[in-house]
Amino acid sequence: MQASARRRFRLKPGHWFVLIGLAPVLALYAYLRFVPIAKTIWISFFQWDLISTTKPFVGLRNYADLFKSDLFWLALENTTIIAFGILVFSVPLSMVIAFLLSRGIRFKTFFEAVYFLPYITPMVPVAMTWKWILDSNQGLLNYVLSLVGIPAQPWLFEHRLALVSVIMLTVWKTLGYNMIIFTVGLTGISREYYEAASIDGATGFRAFRHITIPLLKPITVFVSIVTLIHGYNVFSQIYILASDIQGSPGYVVRVLVYDMIENGFRYYLMGYAAAEAVVLFVIVLLLTLVQLWLAGDRSGKRRWRRKKVAAS
Amino acid sequence: MKRRKRLAQAGMLLMLGLGAVIMLIPFVWMVSTAFKTPPELNAWPPTFIPETFHWQNFVTLFDTAPFHLYFLNSLRMAVTAALAIVLTSVVCGYIFAKFRYLGLAFLFSLFLATAIIPFEIYMIPLYLQVQELGQLNRFGGLVLPYLVMSFGIFFMRQNVIQQIPDELIEAARIDGASEWRIFGQIVVPLLTAPMSALGIFAFIEAWNAFVWPLLVVGDKRLFTMELGLAMFQSSFSVDATVMSAGSVISVLPILVVFLLLRRYIIQSVAMTGMK
Repeated sequence: MQASARRRFRLKPGHWFVLIGLAPVLALYAYLRFVPIAKTIWISFFQWDLISTTKPFVGLRNYADLFKSDLFWLALENTTIIAFGILVFSVPLSMVIAFLLSRGIRFKTFFEAVYFLPYITPMVPVAMTWKWILDSNQGLLNYVLSLVGIPAQPWLFEHRLALVSVIMLTVWKTLGYNMIIFTVGLTGISREYYEAASIDGATGFRAFRHITIPLLKPITVFVSIVTLIHGYNVFSQIYILASDIQGSPGYVVRVLVYDMIENGFRYYLMGYAAAEAVVLFVIVLLLTLVQLWLAGDRSGKRRWRRKKVAAS
Repeated sequence: MKRRKRLAQAGMLLMLGLGAVIMLIPFVWMVSTAFKTPPELNAWPPTFIPETFHWQNFVTLFDTAPFHLYFLNSLRMAVTAALAIVLTSVVCGYIFAKFRYLGLAFLFSLFLATAIIPFEIYMIPLYLQVQELGQLNRFGGLVLPYLVMSFGIFFMRQNVIQQIPDELIEAARIDGASEWRIFGQIVVPLLTAPMSALGIFAFIEAWNAFVWPLLVVGDKRLFTMELGLAMFQSSFSVDATVMSAGSVISVLPILVVFLLLRRYIIQSVAMTGMK
């Protein structure tokens, strides 16, 4: 029966619709996503500059050069500090804010809007504003600190403080996104849990500690991984914030994407820059795997246990 | 008990209020700086509300560089991206939601998988491709990567599944409507709300673009707002007051859209967590 159906197969109107509808989008996707992603890996094995016509295959030499480069390791270290720094502050803070907003607070929509606003505003103007707030001479932050007797700090010129500044700005900017995702997660937690807990005498902080945090685990994992992935790709805020006195951008805090763009577009080392992109790609893939593993962790263990029970 | 509850409410309001003030300070500072005179900028202690509102900064801004062009370029790019993404997403979303042909499920997961890969990872080959096309320093090259969005396809598919029952499409087919008519006259009109939500989302994404314009645009007449501001601050010394005026102009469209359509924006952003 299947065989006869196959023999009589003809393109139906539905097929035409799908074909014609999908073809242009598929072409765009191939050109704008699939091909460049594959090419990143491909180019990383070549000595590829923008000018010369020969592009010799060099195997893993770009990677060897990369791992010998002090600047690369510096960039990786800075980027890792920034990514985890953002994570440590943004995730717990946004969780608490979402929790407070979910407890029937007054002015909820107002607060939600205010906390969310930085997320959708463009990075360049807000980073410029932060730059003046963090200014070591007339900055607002140093003024506020001087009120409590703390001397002025060179926020953007000292390496460590510059890292702190980048983290501060990015936490401020991404808090709203994480808050919204947590809010969605919180609406999924049934009121009954809290009611049952309040009968047992657990309200407020204890309810948060023993109900909200455990039940939000999958959301927390998702938010943490997204935060880390974005953290590893920081660039715009560095470009604006961490420029030196002559205005050369991204100098005080070298990050991966900055190092990549400098090698690719200033020194025309496209192969080398592509190898750097592949390293970034591997980091993103590893983080995604960690997320899948953590999110599936409990059910996986349970299935395993059930199997064990069934076997015995 | 009741008193305790009220106290807890007050405490929560206080915490959230304090946080909200901190969140708003950079915006207030941006606007306030945009209206200050250069001497007031260096005033110590800093002032939050300028003594007089100095509109001259906005005039100086447009005298220094053609920011009206930058604004129009950003607008053109964001509108083109929004239209293209809504169109491609609604077609693909509908197909992936309602057709069960071989390979479609695989294709959908392939599209979705690209969503986790950040743009920065594959922008170098993309740059080389755009160079081959001869579209560097052209509007086409600038807008090209912003014509599709994996999340958009996912988002529209989700909405088709939720809002358009199979029976409706089947009934139309039995009545003899062609696939194109079903799509154009039944499906699309039912999806206007999610289509506008996606359009706003795509508009904001493209308006905020920075890395790609930085790479492909060197011609000053093609600068976007973001690029113009960034070049402005690093190339020559301009007063912070004038740059603040530029910042305000660059944030303003986003702010207006947000105030008018806050619910749509938050809902579509909330959906990004469902992938």
